[in-house]
Amino acid sequence: MSVVTAEGLSLTFPGDVQALKDVNLSVEAGEFVSFIGPSGCGKTTFLRVVADLEKPTGGEVRVTGLSPEEARMQRAYGYVFQQPGLLPWRTVEGNIRLPLALMGQDKHVMAERVASVLKMVELDGFGTKYPWQLSGGMQQRASIARALAFDAELLLMDEPFGALDEIVRDRLNDQLLDLWRTTQKTVLFVTHSIPEAVYLSTKIVVMSPRPGRVAKVINNPLPPDRPLEVRESTEFLAVAAEVRNTLREGMD
Amino acid sequence: MMIAIFALVLWGALWAFNVKLAGWLSDRYARIAVPIVFGLTLVVMVELLVIGLNVSFVILPRPSEMVVRLFTSYEMLWEDFVQTILKGALTGYVVGCSTALLVAFLASWSDFLRRGLLPLGNFVAALPVVGLAPIMVMWFGFGWESKAAIVVSMCFFPMLVNSVQGLAATNAIERDLFKTYAATPLQQLGLLRLPAAMPFILNGLKVCTPLALIGAIVAEFFGSPFLGMGFRIKTSVGTLSLDLVWAEIIVAAIAGTGFFGLLLIIERSLTFWHPSQRR
Ligand SMILES: Nc1ncnc2c1ncn2[C@@H]1O[C@H](COP(=O)(O)OP(=O)(O)OP(=O)(O)O)[C@@H](O)[C@H]1O
Ligand SMILES: [Mg+2]
Repeated sequence: MSVVTAEGLSLTFPGDVQALKDVNLSVEAGEFVSFIGPSGCGKTTFLRVVADLEKPTGGEVRVTGLSPEEARMQRAYGYVFQQPGLLPWRTVEGNIRLPLALMGQDKHVMAERVASVLKMVELDGFGTKYPWQLSGGMQQRASIARALAFDAELLLMDEPFGALDEIVRDRLNDQLLDLWRTTQKTVLFVTHSIPEAVYLSTKIVVMSPRPGRVAKVINNPLPPDRPLEVRESTEFLAVAAEVRNTLREGMD
Repeated sequence: MMIAIFALVLWGALWAFNVKLAGWLSDRYARIAVPIVFGLTLVVMVELLVIGLNVSFVILPRPSEMVVRLFTSYEMLWEDFVQTILKGALTGYVVGCSTALLVAFLASWSDFLRRGLLPLGNFVAALPVVGLAPIMVMWFGFGWESKAAIVVSMCFFPMLVNSVQGLAATNAIERDLFKTYAATPLQQLGLLRLPAAMPFILNGLKVCTPLALIGAIVAEFFGSPFLGMGFRIKTSVGTLSLDLVWAEIIVAAIAGTGFFGLLLIIERSLTFWHPSQRR
């Protein structure tokens, strides 16, 4: 089943900025799709259209078989924004609990879920802190935990690891991969890092700017079980090279 | 003359003591002790200067005479306090601020209302509305109701402007976040807009505190039953009972400062998360 499909999708912002032009894409259930491309090529805009935060000016988008608005009303996805966006008057736990409370979740389930996602992003012990008492990287991890706690079938992540150091980033990549394998979630993931895209994805969407469009969709032949060492394998390097070349072509 | 010189010497001594005090005591006690010593120094200074320079009672009574008045006329001062502060100022303050908040809620749903109200509110908030006091007395009579009415009209717009601004003080990510949660408008109001507006709302309440006092007291100059702080100030100036005038002013100052302090405590506990309050 297709979780996300875009047909002839275009979005022109006022002032004639063509953020997306004629994007055609189909994401199947259980896929991990990375979006990569130079700044301003419409990666965030595409995710926002899927999330019904932006209305396309042309073409059609379906999310879990519904219109983006219907999917949003059914809370079909969790969204990790490019900035943490934690509410400063709520503790880390309070922030993670908020969407669950809005869904009318049971208290025990909430407490359990909060504890487990905090552990996942290695923030156990920081649940009662306020966001402004954490470092920028910790805040970003808290916002990832919040989206994970939501436990939707579809995860939209806009450069979630952009603000993190290499070591934490590697660990979180590993955990995200684990989570994706065990839960069979569908993930749309924006990144600027070629190794990250190749390591995580089943499919890499390379985009190019002005107007924002899909330059190439690269299928990743790596098996789903990927230890960190896979990054030194020739297959891995071959895919990375293909992505790099496509990116370079897009710039000309 | 000797007394005046002595006053200056004492001033210097107590000043030095205060500087020492600020150094000796821990931050916490010093924060309370230093202003108290400073205030007392000032009072003693004034007392000595008034005696030493033979200042006439009409220009400035001695602080000790004011304090004596506070105790001897305590019953009358209490009745005036109830009439002016509790009935006039506080009623008007509560009614004015809460209706402003309510209107701000409504305005936050409607762009049209907000765009119309905000410039108007800013305009009226800058006017000396206290000038309406005689008119309010004509409309609502001599009782405390006319005082409450002028306080309502003085507090309404400053409070409205602050609340409307506060309810719009969310950032785009927070609004998007609530949208992805499919939160209802009511949930968004209660869990996002209202908490984000709290610093602004409290600021509005603080701005309105002196306005309420001024409105209630000044309005009594234009007519009142035979009690009230403004009424007493006006008539006592006429009979040259300046100690009573000053006693009323002291009561007003204590009431205003006390209420303001209460607001600061509430602010501290509700908006501890705001950058201006974080420790
Ligand atoms: N709300 C908006 N109004 C007008 N133009 C916009 C708006 N949002 C984005 N744009 C424009 O659309 C284009 C695509 O922006 P988008 O944020 O999708 O890029 P991006 O690929 O996510 O870039 P980055 O890697 O820097 O995050 C840019 O040219 C940007 O200036
Ligand atoms: Mg972006």
